[in-house]
Amino acid sequence: MTKVLTSRFDLKGEACDIDVYLKTGGYQALAKSLKELKPEQVLDEVKKSALRGRGGAGFPTGMKWSFVPKESKRPKYVVCNADESEPGTGKDRDLMRYDPHQLIEGMVIAAYCLNAKDNYIYIRGEYWYIKEILEKAIAQAYERGYLGKNVLGSGFECNLYVHPGAGAYICGEETALLESLEGKRGHPRLKPPFPAVVGLYGGPTVVNNVETLAAVPWIIINGGEAYKALGTEKSGGTKMFTVSGHVARPGNYEVPMGYPLMKLINEDCGGIPGGRKLKAVIPGGSSVPIITAEESEKVNMDYESVGTVGSMLGSGGVIVMDETTDIFETTRNVTHFYKHESCGWCTPCREGTRWLYKVFERMHRYEGRPGDVELLDDLADKILGKSFCPLGDAAAMPVQSAIKKFREDFDRRIKHTLVQINKAAD
Amino acid sequence: MYTESNEKKLDEIISHYPVKRSAILPALYIAQDEHGHVTDDDIRYLAKRLDMRVNEVEEVVTFYSMYSRKPIGKYKLQVCRTLSCMLQGAEQITEHISHKLGCEIGGTTPDGKFTLQEVECLGYCDLAPCLQVNFDYHEKISTESVDQLIDSLK
Ligand SMILES: Cc1cc2nc3c(=O)[nH]c(=O)nc-3n(C[C@H](O)[C@H](O)[C@H](O)COP(=O)(O)O)c2cc1C
Ligand code: SF4
Repeated sequence: MTKVLTSRFDLKGEACDIDVYLKTGGYQALAKSLKELKPEQVLDEVKKSALRGRGGAGFPTGMKWSFVPKESKRPKYVVCNADESEPGTGKDRDLMRYDPHQLIEGMVIAAYCLNAKDNYIYIRGEYWYIKEILEKAIAQAYERGYLGKNVLGSGFECNLYVHPGAGAYICGEETALLESLEGKRGHPRLKPPFPAVVGLYGGPTVVNNVETLAAVPWIIINGGEAYKALGTEKSGGTKMFTVSGHVARPGNYEVPMGYPLMKLINEDCGGIPGGRKLKAVIPGGSSVPIITAEESEKVNMDYESVGTVGSMLGSGGVIVMDETTDIFETTRNVTHFYKHESCGWCTPCREGTRWLYKVFERMHRYEGRPGDVELLDDLADKILGKSFCPLGDAAAMPVQSAIKKFREDFDRRIKHTLVQINKAAD
Repeated sequence: MYTESNEKKLDEIISHYPVKRSAILPALYIAQDEHGHVTDDDIRYLAKRLDMRVNEVEEVVTFYSMYSRKPIGKYKLQVCRTLSCMLQGAEQITEHISHKLGCEIGGTTPDGKFTLQEVECLGYCDLAPCLQVNFDYHEKISTESVDQLIDSLK
Protein backbone atom coordinates (compact mmCIF):
# COMPACT_ATOMS: atom_id res chain seq x y z
CA MET A 1 0.00 0.00 0.00
CA THR A 2 1.36 3.40 -0.93
CA LYS A 3 2.09 5.61 2.04
CA VAL A 4 1.59 9.27 1.29
CA LEU A 5 1.55 10.65 4.80
CA THR A 6 3.16 8.06 7.04
CA SER A 7 6.21 6.99 5.03
CA ARG A 8 8.53 8.25 7.80
CA PHE A 9 6.56 6.96 10.78
CA ASP A 10 8.80 3.90 11.09
CA LEU A 11 11.67 6.24 11.91
CA LYS A 12 9.92 6.93 15.21
CA GLY A 13 10.53 10.63 15.20
CA GLU A 14 14.02 10.68 13.70
CA ALA A 15 12.59 12.55 10.73
CA CYS A 16 12.14 15.54 13.05
CA ASP A 17 15.78 16.14 12.21
CA ILE A 18 16.05 17.96 8.92
CA ASP A 19 18.99 15.85 7.70
CA VAL A 20 16.97 12.67 8.05
CA TYR A 21 14.05 14.37 6.34
CA LEU A 22 16.26 15.49 3.48
CA LYS A 23 17.81 12.03 3.10
CA THR A 24 14.33 10.55 2.72
CA GLY A 25 13.24 12.81 -0.10
CA GLY A 26 12.31 15.84 1.98
CA TYR A 27 11.97 19.38 0.59
CA GLN A 28 12.22 18.13 -2.99
CA ALA A 29 8.61 19.06 -3.63
CA LEU A 30 9.29 22.59 -2.44
CA ALA A 31 12.37 22.85 -4.64
CA LYS A 32 10.37 21.55 -7.59
CA SER A 33 7.55 24.00 -6.94
CA LEU A 34 9.82 27.01 -6.72
CA LYS A 35 12.06 26.09 -9.63
CA GLU A 36 9.73 24.41 -12.10
CA LEU A 37 6.16 25.38 -11.31
CA LYS A 38 4.23 28.60 -11.38
CA PRO A 39 1.75 29.10 -8.54
CA GLU A 40 -1.10 28.28 -10.96
CA GLN A 41 0.53 25.00 -11.83
CA VAL A 42 0.77 24.06 -8.15
CA LEU A 43 -2.91 24.85 -7.83
CA ASP A 44 -3.64 22.71 -10.87
CA GLU A 45 -1.95 19.66 -9.39
CA VAL A 46 -3.85 20.08 -6.13
CA LYS A 47 -7.11 20.37 -8.05
CA LYS A 48 -6.33 17.28 -10.10
CA SER A 49 -5.53 15.30 -6.97
CA ALA A 50 -9.16 15.49 -5.79
CA LEU A 51 -7.74 16.11 -2.30
CA ARG A 52 -10.50 17.03 0.12
CA GLY A 53 -10.10 18.74 3.46
CA ARG A 54 -9.25 16.27 6.22
CA GLY A 55 -10.40 18.45 9.09
CA GLY A 56 -13.94 17.14 8.93
CA ALA A 57 -15.94 18.93 6.27
CA GLY A 58 -14.23 17.32 3.27
CA PHE A 59 -14.23 20.47 1.16
CA PRO A 60 -12.17 20.16 -2.07
CA THR A 61 -8.80 21.73 -1.29
CA GLY A 62 -8.01 22.97 -4.80
CA MET A 63 -11.35 24.73 -4.97
CA LYS A 64 -10.78 26.37 -1.60
CA TRP A 65 -7.40 27.68 -2.71
CA SER A 66 -8.89 29.01 -5.95
CA PHE A 67 -11.33 31.19 -3.95
CA VAL A 68 -8.43 33.30 -2.73
CA PRO A 69 -8.30 36.49 -4.82
CA LYS A 70 -5.07 36.97 -6.77
CA GLU A 71 -4.80 40.62 -5.88
CA SER A 72 -5.46 41.75 -2.36
CA LYS A 73 -4.75 44.96 -0.53
CA ARG A 74 -4.44 43.10 2.74
CA PRO A 75 -1.82 40.39 3.26
CA LYS A 76 -2.88 36.80 2.60
CA TYR A 77 -2.32 33.97 5.04
CA VAL A 78 -2.11 30.21 5.19
CA VAL A 79 -3.22 28.90 8.57
CA CYS A 80 -2.83 25.28 9.53
CA ASN A 81 -5.56 23.94 11.77
CA ALA A 82 -3.76 21.75 14.30
CA ASP A 83 -6.37 22.16 17.00
CA GLU A 84 -7.25 18.47 16.78
CA SER A 85 -9.89 18.10 19.43
CA GLU A 86 -12.63 16.07 17.80
CA PRO A 87 -13.15 13.14 20.20
CA GLY A 88 -11.74 9.98 18.64
CA THR A 89 -9.07 11.76 16.63
CA GLY A 90 -5.31 11.69 17.22
CA LYS A 91 -3.87 11.64 13.71
CA ASP A 92 -2.54 15.18 13.41
CA ARG A 93 -0.61 14.49 16.61
CA ASP A 94 1.43 11.73 14.96
CA LEU A 95 1.74 13.58 11.64
CA MET A 96 3.36 16.45 13.53
CA ARG A 97 5.47 14.59 16.06
CA TYR A 98 6.83 12.00 13.63
CA ASP A 99 7.20 14.14 10.53
CA PRO A 100 7.00 17.88 11.27
CA HIS A 101 8.98 18.89 8.18
CA GLN A 102 6.42 17.25 5.91
CA LEU A 103 3.79 19.64 7.26
CA ILE A 104 6.16 22.61 7.05
CA GLU A 105 6.98 21.73 3.44
CA GLY A 106 3.29 21.45 2.58
CA MET A 107 2.63 24.81 4.16
CA VAL A 108 5.43 26.59 2.32
CA ILE A 109 4.16 25.16 -0.98
CA ALA A 110 0.64 26.34 -0.16
CA ALA A 111 1.99 29.76 0.81
CA TYR A 112 3.92 29.94 -2.48
CA CYS A 113 0.80 28.99 -4.42
CA LEU A 114 -1.25 31.70 -2.72
CA ASN A 115 1.54 34.23 -2.27
CA ALA A 116 1.28 34.40 1.52
CA LYS A 117 4.24 35.72 3.44
CA ASP A 118 3.31 35.15 7.08
CA ASN A 119 1.72 31.89 8.05
CA TYR A 120 0.61 30.20 11.23
CA ILE A 121 0.11 26.78 12.71
CA TYR A 122 -2.62 26.95 15.36
CA ILE A 123 -2.00 23.99 17.66
CA ARG A 124 -4.07 22.96 20.65
CA GLY A 125 -2.39 24.07 23.88
CA GLU A 126 -2.32 20.56 25.32
CA TYR A 127 0.07 19.51 22.52
CA TRP A 128 2.80 21.70 24.05
CA TYR A 129 5.55 19.16 23.43
CA ILE A 130 4.53 18.94 19.79
CA LYS A 131 4.63 22.73 19.55
CA GLU A 132 8.25 22.47 20.67
CA ILE A 133 8.97 19.79 18.07
CA LEU A 134 7.49 22.03 15.38
CA GLU A 135 9.44 25.07 16.55
CA LYS A 136 12.69 23.13 16.45
CA ALA A 137 11.93 21.92 12.95
CA ILE A 138 10.97 25.42 11.83
CA ALA A 139 14.24 26.81 13.16
CA GLN A 140 16.12 24.19 11.13
CA ALA A 141 14.10 25.06 8.03
CA TYR A 142 15.03 28.74 8.43
CA GLU A 143 18.70 27.80 8.83
CA ARG A 144 18.71 25.80 5.61
CA GLY A 145 16.77 28.36 3.61
CA TYR A 146 13.43 26.53 3.31
CA LEU A 147 11.84 29.38 5.21
CA GLY A 148 12.82 33.02 5.47
CA LYS A 149 13.37 36.10 3.37
CA ASN A 150 14.46 34.33 0.21
CA VAL A 151 13.33 30.72 0.12
CA LEU A 152 15.89 28.65 -1.82
CA GLY A 153 17.05 31.78 -3.57
CA SER A 154 13.73 32.17 -5.37
CA GLY A 155 12.97 35.62 -4.01
CA PHE A 156 9.86 34.27 -2.27
CA GLU A 157 9.61 35.28 1.40
CA CYS A 158 7.89 32.88 3.75
CA ASN A 159 7.59 32.93 7.54
CA LEU A 160 5.97 30.37 9.76
CA TYR A 161 4.91 30.69 13.39
CA VAL A 162 3.33 28.26 15.83
CA HIS A 163 0.46 29.62 17.91
CA PRO A 164 -0.91 27.70 20.90
CA GLY A 165 -4.60 27.41 21.65
CA ALA A 166 -5.70 27.08 25.27
CA GLY A 167 -8.33 24.38 25.65
CA ALA A 168 -11.44 25.17 23.63
CA TYR A 169 -12.84 22.68 21.12
CA ILE A 170 -14.71 25.43 19.28
CA CYS A 171 -11.37 26.96 18.22
CA GLY A 172 -11.07 24.07 15.77
CA GLU A 173 -13.90 25.68 13.82
CA GLU A 174 -12.03 27.77 11.29
CA THR A 175 -13.55 31.19 11.97
CA ALA A 176 -13.40 30.75 15.76
CA LEU A 177 -9.78 29.75 15.24
CA LEU A 178 -9.10 33.03 13.44
CA GLU A 179 -10.78 35.01 16.22
CA SER A 180 -8.62 33.17 18.72
CA LEU A 181 -5.49 33.86 16.68
CA GLU A 182 -6.41 37.53 16.75
CA GLY A 183 -6.37 37.39 20.54
CA LYS A 184 -10.07 37.12 21.26
CA ARG A 185 -12.54 34.63 22.63
CA GLY A 186 -13.15 31.80 20.19
CA HIS A 187 -16.62 32.67 18.95
CA PRO A 188 -17.36 31.69 15.34
CA ARG A 189 -17.88 34.38 12.70
CA LEU A 190 -20.78 34.69 10.35
CA LYS A 191 -20.16 33.06 6.95
CA PRO A 192 -20.06 34.35 4.25
CA PRO A 193 -17.68 36.00 3.83
CA PHE A 194 -15.57 32.86 3.93
CA PRO A 195 -12.02 33.06 5.29
CA ALA A 196 -10.60 32.59 1.77
CA VAL A 197 -11.95 36.08 1.05
CA VAL A 198 -11.99 37.76 4.47
CA GLY A 199 -9.99 35.86 7.05
CA LEU A 200 -7.15 36.60 9.44
CA TYR A 201 -6.79 40.34 10.13
CA GLY A 202 -9.28 40.81 7.30
CA GLY A 203 -6.96 39.30 4.71
CA PRO A 204 -7.72 36.33 2.43
CA THR A 205 -6.87 33.21 4.42
CA VAL A 206 -6.73 29.53 3.64
CA VAL A 207 -7.37 27.39 6.68
CA ASN A 208 -6.41 23.76 6.18
CA ASN A 209 -6.08 20.77 8.43
CA VAL A 210 -2.65 19.26 9.19
CA GLU A 211 -3.36 16.10 7.19
CA THR A 212 -4.54 18.10 4.17
CA LEU A 213 -1.34 20.16 4.03
CA ALA A 214 0.88 17.16 4.78
CA ALA A 215 -0.38 15.47 1.60
CA VAL A 216 0.72 18.35 -0.63
CA PRO A 217 4.45 17.48 -1.00
CA TRP A 218 3.61 13.97 -2.29
CA ILE A 219 1.10 15.42 -4.73
CA ILE A 220 3.68 17.82 -6.14
CA ILE A 221 6.32 15.11 -6.58
CA ASN A 222 4.06 12.40 -7.97
CA GLY A 223 1.35 14.48 -9.60
CA GLY A 224 -2.29 15.07 -8.80
CA GLU A 225 -3.49 12.23 -11.02
CA ALA A 226 -1.31 9.71 -9.21
CA TYR A 227 -2.66 10.86 -5.85
CA LYS A 228 -6.23 10.63 -6.99
CA ALA A 229 -5.67 7.15 -8.43
CA LEU A 230 -4.82 5.86 -4.94
CA GLY A 231 -8.41 6.35 -3.81
CA THR A 232 -11.84 6.22 -5.38
CA GLU A 233 -13.22 8.30 -8.21
CA LYS A 234 -14.70 10.95 -5.92
CA SER A 235 -12.49 10.57 -2.86
CA GLY A 236 -8.89 10.85 -3.98
CA GLY A 237 -5.79 9.57 -2.24
CA THR A 238 -5.27 8.04 1.16
CA LYS A 239 -6.69 8.92 4.56
CA MET A 240 -5.52 8.58 8.13
CA PHE A 241 -7.86 6.91 10.56
CA THR A 242 -7.45 6.94 14.30
CA VAL A 243 -9.02 3.74 15.55
CA SER A 244 -9.88 3.66 19.24
CA GLY A 245 -12.18 1.80 21.59
CA HIS A 246 -12.64 -1.96 21.58
CA VAL A 247 -9.99 -3.22 19.17
CA ALA A 248 -6.85 -5.24 19.85
CA ARG A 249 -4.50 -2.74 18.21
CA PRO A 250 -5.82 0.80 18.41
CA GLY A 251 -3.73 3.35 16.55
CA ASN A 252 -3.35 5.55 13.50
CA TYR A 253 -3.67 3.85 10.14
CA GLU A 254 -3.16 5.29 6.68
CA VAL A 255 -5.22 3.44 4.09
CA PRO A 256 -6.50 4.20 0.60
CA MET A 257 -9.85 5.95 0.40
CA GLY A 258 -12.53 3.31 -0.08
CA TYR A 259 -10.92 0.82 2.32
CA PRO A 260 -13.52 -1.52 3.86
CA LEU A 261 -14.29 -0.57 7.47
CA MET A 262 -14.41 -4.16 8.68
CA LYS A 263 -11.03 -4.87 7.09
CA LEU A 264 -9.62 -1.93 9.02
CA ILE A 265 -11.12 -3.21 12.25
CA ASN A 266 -10.47 -6.93 11.84
CA GLU A 267 -7.21 -7.08 9.92
CA ASP A 268 -5.30 -3.89 10.63
CA CYS A 269 -6.51 -3.46 14.20
CA GLY A 270 -6.63 -7.15 15.10
CA GLY A 271 -10.39 -7.32 15.68
CA ILE A 272 -12.32 -7.05 18.91
CA PRO A 273 -10.62 -8.54 21.98
CA GLY A 274 -12.09 -11.48 23.87
CA GLY A 275 -14.05 -12.81 20.89
CA ARG A 276 -16.82 -10.32 21.61
CA LYS A 277 -19.14 -9.10 18.89
CA LEU A 278 -19.24 -5.67 17.35
CA LYS A 279 -22.15 -3.49 18.44
CA ALA A 280 -21.59 -0.06 16.91
CA VAL A 281 -19.05 2.21 15.26
CA ILE A 282 -18.70 5.98 15.19
CA PRO A 283 -16.85 6.30 11.88
CA GLY A 284 -15.69 9.92 11.82
CA GLY A 285 -15.23 11.43 15.27
CA SER A 286 -17.87 11.97 17.93
CA SER A 287 -19.77 14.55 15.85
CA VAL A 288 -21.04 12.09 13.26
CA PRO A 289 -24.01 9.71 13.49
CA ILE A 290 -23.35 6.27 14.96
CA ILE A 291 -23.75 3.17 12.78
CA THR A 292 -24.69 -0.41 13.65
CA ALA A 293 -22.56 -3.54 13.24
CA GLU A 294 -24.69 -4.52 10.27
CA GLU A 295 -24.14 -1.18 8.57
CA SER A 296 -20.43 -1.38 9.31
CA GLU A 297 -20.22 -4.55 7.20
CA LYS A 298 -21.35 -2.59 4.16
CA VAL A 299 -19.26 0.51 4.56
CA ASN A 300 -16.06 1.51 2.82
CA MET A 301 -14.07 4.39 4.24
CA ASP A 302 -14.71 7.14 1.74
CA TYR A 303 -17.04 10.15 1.82
CA GLU A 304 -19.69 8.60 -0.41
CA SER A 305 -19.88 5.12 1.07
CA VAL A 306 -20.09 6.31 4.68
CA GLY A 307 -22.83 8.66 3.51
CA THR A 308 -24.96 5.73 2.29
CA VAL A 309 -25.54 4.59 5.88
CA GLY A 310 -26.40 8.12 7.00
CA SER A 311 -23.10 8.99 8.60
CA MET A 312 -19.98 10.93 7.64
CA LEU A 313 -16.26 10.40 7.28
CA GLY A 314 -15.66 13.51 9.42
CA SER A 315 -12.20 13.72 10.95
CA GLY A 316 -11.45 10.01 10.55
CA GLY A 317 -11.82 9.14 14.22
CA VAL A 318 -13.15 5.57 14.22
CA ILE A 319 -14.54 4.60 17.63
CA VAL A 320 -15.31 0.90 17.92
CA MET A 321 -17.75 -0.43 20.49
CA ASP A 322 -18.35 -4.09 21.35
CA GLU A 323 -21.52 -5.80 22.49
CA THR A 324 -20.97 -4.94 26.15
CA THR A 325 -21.30 -1.22 25.41
CA ASP A 326 -24.33 0.73 26.57
CA ILE A 327 -25.08 3.22 23.80
CA PHE A 328 -27.09 5.36 26.21
CA GLU A 329 -23.96 5.87 28.31
CA THR A 330 -21.71 6.59 25.33
CA THR A 331 -24.20 9.14 24.04
CA ARG A 332 -24.45 10.73 27.46
CA ASN A 333 -20.68 11.02 27.50
CA VAL A 334 -20.57 12.71 24.12
CA THR A 335 -23.41 15.06 25.08
CA HIS A 336 -21.42 16.14 28.13
CA PHE A 337 -18.60 17.01 25.76
CA TYR A 338 -20.75 19.28 23.60
CA LYS A 339 -22.40 20.89 26.60
CA HIS A 340 -18.95 21.65 27.96
CA GLU A 341 -17.61 22.90 24.63
CA SER A 342 -20.58 24.99 23.48
CA CYS A 343 -19.12 28.47 23.21
CA GLY A 344 -22.32 30.05 24.48
CA TRP A 345 -22.78 32.40 21.54
CA CYS A 346 -26.20 31.24 20.35
CA THR A 347 -29.22 30.12 22.31
CA PRO A 348 -30.22 26.82 20.63
CA CYS A 349 -26.79 25.30 21.26
CA ARG A 350 -26.02 26.90 24.65
CA GLU A 351 -29.40 26.11 26.21
CA GLY A 352 -30.14 23.02 24.13
CA THR A 353 -26.98 21.14 25.06
CA ARG A 354 -27.51 21.90 28.75
CA TRP A 355 -31.09 20.75 28.62
CA LEU A 356 -30.15 17.59 26.74
CA TYR A 357 -27.60 16.77 29.38
CA LYS A 358 -30.05 17.36 32.18
CA VAL A 359 -32.38 14.74 30.72
CA PHE A 360 -29.44 12.39 30.20
CA GLU A 361 -28.52 12.82 33.86
CA ARG A 362 -31.88 11.78 35.22
CA MET A 363 -32.07 8.85 32.81
CA HIS A 364 -28.57 7.88 33.95
CA ARG A 365 -29.98 7.51 37.47
CA TYR A 366 -32.76 5.32 36.00
CA GLU A 367 -35.16 8.11 36.80
CA GLY A 368 -36.16 8.85 33.23
CA ARG A 369 -39.78 9.87 32.84
CA PRO A 370 -42.07 8.35 30.24
CA GLY A 371 -41.60 10.50 27.16
CA ASP A 372 -37.98 11.39 27.97
CA VAL A 373 -36.59 9.54 24.96
CA GLU A 374 -38.92 11.53 22.73
CA LEU A 375 -37.92 14.66 24.62
CA LEU A 376 -34.24 14.00 23.84
CA ASP A 377 -35.06 13.51 20.19
CA ASP A 378 -37.14 16.67 20.12
CA LEU A 379 -34.50 18.76 21.91
CA ALA A 380 -31.89 17.58 19.43
CA ASP A 381 -34.25 18.51 16.63
CA LYS A 382 -34.53 22.03 18.03
CA ILE A 383 -30.75 22.44 17.88
CA LEU A 384 -30.22 20.78 14.50
CA GLY A 385 -29.91 23.32 11.71
CA LYS A 386 -30.87 26.17 14.05
CA SER A 387 -27.54 26.99 15.61
CA PHE A 388 -24.99 29.58 14.56
CA CYS A 389 -22.20 27.12 13.74
CA PRO A 390 -21.96 23.38 13.07
CA LEU A 391 -21.16 22.54 16.71
CA GLY A 392 -24.86 22.55 17.41
CA ASP A 393 -25.48 19.97 14.70
CA ALA A 394 -22.56 17.96 16.03
CA ALA A 395 -24.30 17.79 19.40
CA ALA A 396 -27.67 16.86 17.93
CA MET A 397 -26.84 14.23 15.33
CA PRO A 398 -25.20 11.68 17.63
CA VAL A 399 -28.23 11.80 19.95
CA GLN A 400 -30.77 11.35 17.18
CA SER A 401 -28.89 8.54 15.46
CA ALA A 402 -28.29 6.71 18.74
CA ILE A 403 -31.97 6.83 19.64
CA LYS A 404 -32.97 5.67 16.19
CA LYS A 405 -30.56 2.76 16.09
CA PHE A 406 -30.22 1.71 19.73
CA ARG A 407 -33.57 2.63 21.21
CA GLU A 408 -33.59 -0.26 23.71
CA ASP A 409 -30.54 1.17 25.51
CA PHE A 410 -32.51 4.37 26.08
CA ASP A 411 -35.83 2.75 27.01
CA ARG A 412 -34.13 0.85 29.80
CA ARG A 413 -33.51 4.15 31.53
CA ILE A 414 -37.14 5.09 31.89
CA LYS A 415 -38.52 4.64 35.37
CA HIS A 416 -41.85 2.97 34.92
CA THR A 417 -44.62 3.61 37.32
CA LEU A 418 -46.08 0.66 39.19
CA VAL A 419 -49.19 0.81 37.01
CA GLN A 420 -47.11 0.46 33.90
CA ILE A 421 -45.07 -2.42 35.31
CA ASN A 422 -48.26 -4.24 36.29
CA LYS A 423 -49.67 -3.64 32.84
CA ALA A 424 -46.55 -5.01 31.25
CA ALA A 425 -46.80 -8.10 33.45
CA ASP A 426 -50.38 -8.78 32.39
CA MET B 1 7.29 42.12 35.54
CA TYR B 2 8.47 38.68 34.39
CA THR B 3 11.96 37.25 34.42
CA GLU B 4 14.31 38.72 31.88
CA SER B 5 14.20 35.62 29.73
CA ASN B 6 10.40 35.51 29.81
CA GLU B 7 10.18 39.19 28.90
CA LYS B 8 12.46 38.50 25.96
CA LYS B 9 10.35 35.54 24.98
CA LEU B 10 7.28 37.75 25.11
CA ASP B 11 8.90 40.39 22.87
CA GLU B 12 9.81 37.68 20.41
CA ILE B 13 6.24 36.30 20.43
CA ILE B 14 4.73 39.76 19.90
CA SER B 15 6.92 40.19 16.81
CA HIS B 16 5.13 37.26 15.13
CA TYR B 17 1.92 39.23 14.63
CA PRO B 18 0.81 42.47 13.01
CA VAL B 19 -1.22 43.30 16.14
CA LYS B 20 0.07 42.90 19.68
CA ARG B 21 -3.17 41.51 20.98
CA SER B 22 -2.61 38.26 19.07
CA ALA B 23 0.06 37.39 21.62
CA ILE B 24 -2.40 37.14 24.50
CA LEU B 25 -2.75 33.33 24.59
CA PRO B 26 0.99 32.62 24.55
CA ALA B 27 1.51 35.52 27.01
CA LEU B 28 -0.94 34.03 29.47
CA TYR B 29 1.05 30.79 29.49
CA ILE B 30 4.08 32.81 30.53
CA ALA B 31 2.07 34.46 33.31
CA GLN B 32 0.82 31.10 34.49
CA ASP B 33 4.29 29.63 34.31
CA GLU B 34 5.62 32.34 36.64
CA HIS B 35 2.78 32.61 39.11
CA GLY B 36 1.11 29.20 38.96
CA HIS B 37 -2.12 30.87 37.92
CA VAL B 38 -3.21 34.09 36.25
CA THR B 39 -3.23 36.89 38.85
CA ASP B 40 -4.97 40.27 38.79
CA ASP B 41 -1.56 41.87 38.33
CA ASP B 42 -0.89 39.66 35.31
CA ILE B 43 -4.11 40.81 33.75
CA ARG B 44 -3.37 44.49 34.29
CA TYR B 45 0.20 44.11 33.15
CA LEU B 46 -0.61 42.16 30.00
CA ALA B 47 -3.40 44.57 29.11
CA LYS B 48 -0.83 47.38 29.09
CA ARG B 49 1.81 45.33 27.36
CA LEU B 50 -0.52 44.20 24.55
CA ASP B 51 -2.61 47.35 24.08
CA MET B 52 -5.76 45.73 25.41
CA ARG B 53 -8.35 46.77 27.93
CA VAL B 54 -8.33 44.96 31.25
CA ASN B 55 -11.77 43.50 30.65
CA GLU B 56 -10.68 42.23 27.24
CA VAL B 57 -7.89 40.25 28.85
CA GLU B 58 -10.26 38.97 31.50
CA GLU B 59 -12.72 37.87 28.83
CA VAL B 60 -10.02 35.81 27.16
CA VAL B 61 -8.72 34.25 30.38
CA THR B 62 -12.14 33.03 31.41
CA PHE B 63 -13.02 31.61 27.97
CA TYR B 64 -10.12 29.15 27.71
CA SER B 65 -10.04 26.16 30.02
CA MET B 66 -6.25 25.92 30.28
CA TYR B 67 -5.91 29.09 32.33
CA SER B 68 -6.65 29.23 36.02
CA ARG B 69 -7.53 32.37 37.96
CA LYS B 70 -7.04 30.57 41.26
CA PRO B 71 -3.99 28.87 42.75
CA ILE B 72 -3.83 25.19 41.87
CA GLY B 73 -1.60 22.29 42.88
CA LYS B 74 1.99 21.96 41.82
CA TYR B 75 0.95 18.96 39.77
CA LYS B 76 -2.24 19.26 37.79
CA LEU B 77 -3.55 15.75 37.11
CA GLN B 78 -5.97 15.79 34.22
CA VAL B 79 -7.71 12.56 33.35
CA CYS B 80 -9.50 12.48 30.01
CA ARG B 81 -13.17 11.66 30.46
CA THR B 82 -14.32 11.59 26.83
CA LEU B 83 -15.61 8.57 24.93
CA SER B 84 -12.49 6.64 23.85
CA CYS B 85 -10.96 6.97 27.32
CA MET B 86 -14.28 6.18 28.96
CA LEU B 87 -14.46 2.93 26.95
CA GLN B 88 -11.08 2.00 28.43
CA GLY B 89 -12.10 2.64 32.02
CA ALA B 90 -11.01 6.24 32.62
CA GLU B 91 -13.77 6.81 35.15
CA GLN B 92 -12.50 4.08 37.50
CA ILE B 93 -8.99 5.48 37.28
CA THR B 94 -10.19 8.96 38.21
CA GLU B 95 -12.03 7.51 41.20
CA HIS B 96 -8.94 5.59 42.17
CA ILE B 97 -6.80 8.73 42.09
CA SER B 98 -9.42 10.63 44.01
CA HIS B 99 -9.35 7.96 46.77
CA LYS B 100 -5.61 7.74 46.81
CA LEU B 101 -5.12 11.48 47.18
CA GLY B 102 -8.17 11.97 49.39
CA CYS B 103 -9.12 14.72 47.02
CA GLU B 104 -12.33 15.39 45.16
CA ILE B 105 -12.47 15.80 41.42
CA GLY B 106 -11.80 19.49 40.82
CA GLY B 107 -10.09 19.84 44.18
CA THR B 108 -6.56 20.33 45.40
CA THR B 109 -4.82 18.36 48.15
CA PRO B 110 -4.32 20.36 51.40
CA ASP B 111 -0.54 20.37 50.92
CA GLY B 112 -1.05 22.14 47.60
CA LYS B 113 0.72 19.40 45.73
CA PHE B 114 -1.97 17.89 43.52
CA THR B 115 -5.02 19.17 41.71
CA LEU B 116 -7.26 16.50 40.19
CA GLN B 117 -9.40 17.32 37.18
CA GLU B 118 -11.52 15.52 34.64
CA VAL B 119 -11.01 17.06 31.21
CA GLU B 120 -12.42 16.58 27.73
CA CYS B 121 -10.66 14.80 24.88
CA LEU B 122 -6.87 15.19 24.93
CA GLY B 123 -6.25 13.74 21.46
CA TYR B 124 -4.83 10.45 22.77
CA CYS B 125 -7.88 8.36 21.88
CA ASP B 126 -5.86 5.51 20.38
CA LEU B 127 -3.60 5.51 23.45
CA ALA B 128 -6.46 5.54 25.94
CA PRO B 129 -6.93 5.93 28.78
CA CYS B 130 -4.76 8.96 29.12
CA LEU B 131 -3.65 11.38 31.78
CA GLN B 132 -1.87 14.69 31.47
CA VAL B 133 0.28 15.89 34.36
CA ASN B 134 0.92 19.58 33.75
CA PHE B 135 2.12 19.37 30.12
CA ASP B 136 3.29 15.73 30.19
CA TYR B 137 1.18 13.05 28.59
CA HIS B 138 0.86 9.57 30.07
CA GLU B 139 -0.74 7.02 27.79
CA LYS B 140 -2.50 3.70 28.39
CA ILE B 141 -2.61 4.34 32.11
CA SER B 142 -3.84 1.84 34.70
CA THR B 143 -4.49 2.07 38.42
CA GLU B 144 -1.02 0.55 38.98
CA SER B 145 0.76 2.95 36.67
CA VAL B 146 -0.89 6.01 38.18
CA ASP B 147 0.01 4.75 41.67
CA GLN B 148 3.64 4.58 40.64
CA LEU B 149 3.47 7.93 38.94
CA ILE B 150 1.90 9.73 41.88
CA ASP B 151 4.31 8.14 44.37
CA SER B 152 7.21 9.33 42.26
CA LEU B 153 5.85 12.87 42.37
CA LYS B 154 5.33 12.97 46.11
C1 LIG C 1 -16.95 22.60 16.13
C2 LIG C 1 -15.93 22.36 15.07
C3 LIG C 1 -14.66 21.89 15.42
C4 LIG C 1 -13.70 21.68 14.44
N1 LIG C 1 -12.48 21.21 14.83
C5 LIG C 1 -11.51 21.04 13.89
C6 LIG C 1 -10.21 20.61 14.26
O1 LIG C 1 -9.92 20.38 15.44
N2 LIG C 1 -9.28 20.47 13.29
C7 LIG C 1 -9.56 20.74 11.97
O2 LIG C 1 -8.69 20.62 11.14
N3 LIG C 1 -10.79 21.14 11.60
C8 LIG C 1 -11.76 21.31 12.51
N4 LIG C 1 -13.00 21.75 12.11
C9 LIG C 1 -13.21 22.06 10.68
C10 LIG C 1 -12.74 23.46 10.34
O3 LIG C 1 -13.80 24.37 10.58
C11 LIG C 1 -12.35 23.60 8.87
O4 LIG C 1 -13.36 23.06 8.07
C12 LIG C 1 -11.06 22.90 8.53
O5 LIG C 1 -10.03 23.29 9.35
C13 LIG C 1 -10.69 23.22 7.09
O6 LIG C 1 -9.55 22.51 6.70
P1 LIG C 1 -9.65 21.34 5.63
O7 LIG C 1 -10.40 21.87 4.45
O8 LIG C 1 -8.23 21.03 5.30
O9 LIG C 1 -10.36 20.22 6.28
C14 LIG C 1 -13.99 21.95 13.07
C15 LIG C 1 -15.26 22.40 12.75
C16 LIG C 1 -16.22 22.60 13.71
C17 LIG C 1 -17.56 23.10 13.30
S1 SF4 D 1 -23.65 26.51 17.79
FE1 SF4 D 1 -22.73 26.40 19.87
S2 SF4 D 1 -20.56 26.56 19.52
FE2 SF4 D 1 -21.56 27.31 17.63
S3 SF4 D 1 -21.83 29.52 17.93
FE3 SF4 D 1 -23.67 28.60 18.75
S4 SF4 D 1 -23.20 28.34 20.96
FE4 SF4 D 1 -21.26 28.67 19.91
